Amino acid sequence: MTDSAETLLQVRGLRKKFSISGDFLEQLSFEGGRIRRKQEFVHAINGVSLDVQRGEALCVVGESGCGKSTVARTIMGLLKPTVGSVSFQGQRIDNLSAKQLLPWRKRMQMIFQNPHASLNPRMRVQQTLEEPVAFHNPGLSSAEVKEKVQDVMESVGIDASWAKRHPHEFSGGQRQRISIARALAVDPEFIVADEPISALDVSIQAQVLNLLMDAQEQRGLTYLFITHDLSVVEHFGTRVAVMYLGTICELADTATLFASPRHPYTRALLSAIPSLRSERPPPIKLQGEVTTPINLPTGCVFHGRCPHANARCSEQVPALIQQSDGASVACHALEEGRL
Amino acid sequence: MALLEVRNLEVQFALREGALTALHDVSFKLDRGERLGIVGESGAGKSVAAFAILNLISQPGAITAGEVLFDGQDLSKISAEELRQIRGNKISMIFQDPMMTLNPVLTIGNQMIECLRAHRKISRANAREIALLKLQQVQIPSPEKRLNAYPHELSGGMRQRVIIAIALLLDPDIIVADEPTTALDVTIQAEIMALLVSLCEFNSVGLLLITHDLGVVSQVTQRTVVMYAGRVIEQGPTREIINDAQHPYTQGLINALPQQTLPGQRLNQIRGTMPTLSAIPSGCAFNPRCDYTLAPCSLELPPFVQSGGCSVACHMVKQQLEQEQLEQAND
Amino acid sequence: MEDISITASDQPSRLQEFRRSPIYHSFVGSKVAMVSFAVFALFVVLALLAPVIAPYDPYDLATLDIMDSEIPPAWQDGGESRFSLGTDAQGRDMWSTILYGTRISLMIGLCAVLLQAFLGIVIGLAAGYFGGAVDSLLMRIADIQLSFSTLMVAIVVLAVFQASFGAERYSELALPMLILVIGMAEWPQYARTVRAKVLAEKHKEYVDAARVMGFGPLRIMIRHILPNSLSPILVISTVQIANAIISEASLSFLGLGMPVARPSLGSLISSGFEYIFSGSWWITTIPALVLICLVLVMNLLGDWLRDVLNPKLYKG
Repeated sequence: MTDSAETLLQVRGLRKKFSISGDFLEQLSFEGGRIRRKQEFVHAINGVSLDVQRGEALCVVGESGCGKSTVARTIMGLLKPTVGSVSFQGQRIDNLSAKQLLPWRKRMQMIFQNPHASLNPRMRVQQTLEEPVAFHNPGLSSAEVKEKVQDVMESVGIDASWAKRHPHEFSGGQRQRISIARALAVDPEFIVADEPISALDVSIQAQVLNLLMDAQEQRGLTYLFITHDLSVVEHFGTRVAVMYLGTICELADTATLFASPRHPYTRALLSAIPSLRSERPPPIKLQGEVTTPINLPTGCVFHGRCPHANARCSEQVPALIQQSDGASVACHALEEGRL
Repeated sequence: MALLEVRNLEVQFALREGALTALHDVSFKLDRGERLGIVGESGAGKSVAAFAILNLISQPGAITAGEVLFDGQDLSKISAEELRQIRGNKISMIFQDPMMTLNPVLTIGNQMIECLRAHRKISRANAREIALLKLQQVQIPSPEKRLNAYPHELSGGMRQRVIIAIALLLDPDIIVADEPTTALDVTIQAEIMALLVSLCEFNSVGLLLITHDLGVVSQVTQRTVVMYAGRVIEQGPTREIINDAQHPYTQGLINALPQQTLPGQRLNQIRGTMPTLSAIPSGCAFNPRCDYTLAPCSLELPPFVQSGGCSVACHMVKQQLEQEQLEQAND
Repeated sequence: MEDISITASDQPSRLQEFRRSPIYHSFVGSKVAMVSFAVFALFVVLALLAPVIAPYDPYDLATLDIMDSEIPPAWQDGGESRFSLGTDAQGRDMWSTILYGTRISLMIGLCAVLLQAFLGIVIGLAAGYFGGAVDSLLMRIADIQLSFSTLMVAIVVLAVFQASFGAERYSELALPMLILVIGMAEWPQYARTVRAKVLAEKHKEYVDAARVMGFGPLRIMIRHILPNSLSPILVISTVQIANAIISEASLSFLGLGMPVARPSLGSLISSGFEYIFSGSWWITTIPALVLICLVLVMNLLGDWLRDVLNPKLYKG
C-alpha cells in the first residue's frame, strides 16, 4: 500500500464470541454436589486487525463459519465486539450509542446476501427507498426526497414503474438492485457488501458486480466485500484478506495473492476453484475435518488440516508477518522457511 | 442403446390460472458409465427434468408427453410398485440438502440397513457389512463409529459423503445428483466431486449431474445439456461446449464468469432475466436477451441443427451453417 | 440493464391487487369460507341495525306487558303472529331481545379482543425485539397470567366488584367491566404469538438493513416488524373473538355478566334456563342456537384463515 492512501476504516484486535448456552438458568448444572455455572462459546472472530484504504475494494474471503460475516456485522455496529475496536477516519465507533452513531450511518452502508429477505415485504419500492432519505435528511421537502430517490433509481437502472410495486414481484437480481439503491440513497462513502451475489444466478451475478463497480467509479466508493468465491475476488478486489476460523491467515494485494499464494490454506482454496480449463493441477487435499469455532484449537487454527504443520504450529499462534512483496502471512512454516 | 433415454419429455403444472409448461420437448441420452451435466440457471427446469426421470413430479404437476426409457422400459408409464423397484435400486438420487434424504432420528447405520433390506432379502448382519463397505468407499474416517452416529453429529461434508454411500448402496446403474455440492465450501466441494467421479468410474455408474456451476460441469462431465426456460437449447461434448459454445445464451453464460475477463474490467453480462414460466416469449425464449436477433427469432421456435459435435437450437447458428454450406457448394 | 417486463400502464389498484392475492382465490374456492363469512356478515348487519329491525325495544320497560309472557313461537300452538319467536318470562319479544343481545355479545367480543390484541402486541413486540431480561420478565408474567383460567379470574374479579359496588351500580358498569376483565385475561395468547413471529422476523436482513440505516427501535418495530407479523394476529383474532363471546356468555350464565335488563346472548340463555322444564323451551334454546351458530362460523373462518396464511400450506 502506498503511504499516501488515507485509512478510512481501522479494525484493531477484534474478537467476538457468542454464548450458545441459553439463558442464566440453562447454564446452571449440578456437578459433584455443587451447582456450577457452565457457558459454552462460539469464538467467531479471534483477533482480526485490518485497515481499509479510501477508494479500494478490500475482499474478505473464507469458507462458511470462518467469521467473515461477523466481521462485517461488527464493523457495521449490528454486533458489539467482545474485545477490540473499530474506527472510522480515526474516530472510534464501536462504543457509540445509537444516537451518537447516526452521523456515521449515512457514511457507511451495507448490502446483504439474501435478496429475498433484505427488503421489507410489506413496503413498496418507493417507500423502501424514501424512508432512509427522509430519515437522514429531515430538512428535505417530500418533493426533494422523491427527486433524490428518482436519481438513485436511475443510477442503478431501476425503472420508474417499479416504484409502486412490492418486492415479491421482482426476481432476485432485481431485488438486489433495489437493495443497492437503498444503500446508495444516503450517499455513503463506504459500503460493506456481505456476499451480495452468492444467492444470484451466474448471468445476474455479472450484472450486479458490474453495477457495484460502476457505482464505485462514479461515487468514489470504498468497499469491504465479503465473499466465499475467489474467482470474484480476483476480478473485484484491490486487496484480499483470507480468513480461517476467525483469524486472518493472509492479507495481500489481489495480484500478489493470486500470483504467489503463501499460506497453505490460501493455496488449497485457490486450487479448489472449479475452473473451465480442462488441464489444471488436482485440488490440494486437506486432511481432517473443518474444526468448529466452539472448541478452538490451540496454536495455529489451521494446524489440524495443514499438510505442513509441526509441533510448534499446535502450540504457538502465528502472527501476521509482512513479506518482501507487501503480503502479510500468518504461518510458522513460511517463517521458518519450511514451505 | 443408451441406458437412459429421455424423449420429448413435457411436464405441466395445472394451476388455477391454467397449465404451466415447465419442460418442453426435452430429449437427451445417458450411456452406461457416462457423466452427463444438465446446466441452467434457476427456473431453467433442470431440477424438474431430474425429478421427472424418476417420475417424482408431484401434484399439480405431471408428465404430459414424451417418455423416459430406462433399459427399454418407460418409467413414466409403469406402475408405482415397479417404479419403486427402480428408484433407489437401479437409479438413485442425491439432493442438494442431505437432510432431504437422511432421517434425523435414525442412526446412519440403521438408515443404510433399512434401505438395503427394503430392496434385498439379506440378514441385518450382512446389510451392516455392506453399509460398512460403502462408508469405507466414500473415505469416511472410522466408519464403524459413524454407523452409530446420528445425521446431526456429522459435518456438512461428511453428511454428503454418507449420502453418496447411500446412493451407491444398491449398486445402481445411474446416480442423479441435483446440485450435490452447492451447499458446501469450495475445498470440500472439490473433494466430494472428485470422490463422486472416481466412484462412478470405478463402479461404471452413469452420473446425471444437475448444476448451475459451469466450472463443476467442465471438471466433471463428458457431455453437457444446457437448458433455458424449460427447453434444451444446446447439447454436446462438454469440452466443445465450454471452449466453443454455439448458442448465444451458452456463450453469454460462459463469458459472464469473472475468470473470462481481465481483473478490474467490466464483466460481460447478459442483459435481462430468465422469463417466468407464465410469460415465456414467443419464438426463441432467449430472443429478448440475445445480441444476435434475426427476423425469425421472435416468431418461430428454432429447430435443432448439428454444429460440430453439438446440437444447437438457434436461428443464427442455423443461418450461419446454411451459408457455409452454400459457400462450399459454390467453391 | 435488466428487462422491464412490467410497464407503467398496468399498475394495479388496491382492489385489483386484492383480487389477485391468494387470500381472495382461496376464499372464492372455499364454500365453507364463503358461507361462514356470509353468515357472520349477516350477524354483524343484524346487530348493527337492531334498533331499526327489531319490532320492539326490549330495554323500554313501558312497552312490556306481563300478560304477554311465555308466549311460544308463532309456528307453535298458542303462538301469536306479533311475536315471531315468542316471548320470555317478562313478556319481551324474543326476536328483538336476541337482536339486541347479539349486538351486546359481539360488542363485548370485539372490544375485549381489541384490548387483548393491543396489550399482547405491545408486550409481544417489546419482548421479542429487546430479548434478554425484558423478554424473560414479560414472558414469565404471561406464563403466570396463563396459569389462571380466564373464567376463574373473571369470576373472582366480577364477584368482588359486584359485592363491593352493589347490584345496581354493577348493572350500569357491567359492559365495560366485562370488556376489561376478558380483555386483560387473554393477552398472553397474543403476546406469545407476536413474540414468536417477531423473533423470526427480527433476524431477517431487512431488519438489519433498517438498523444499519440508524432507525430507532420504535420505528423498526412499528414500521418494519409489525406489518410483517399481522397474519398470525389475524388468525388468532377470529378465534379469540369467538372465545371472548363464549367467556361472556359463561359469565352471564353464572350471573356475573350482563344484567337481565340489558341481556346479552349469555344472560338470555341463563334467564330462560329455569323455564326449560316448565315447557317454555324457546326462551333458552333459541338464543343458545344463535350463540352456537355465531361461534361456529367464527371458528370456521379462523380455520380457513390459518390454512390460507400459513405459507407452508400455500400452493402445496
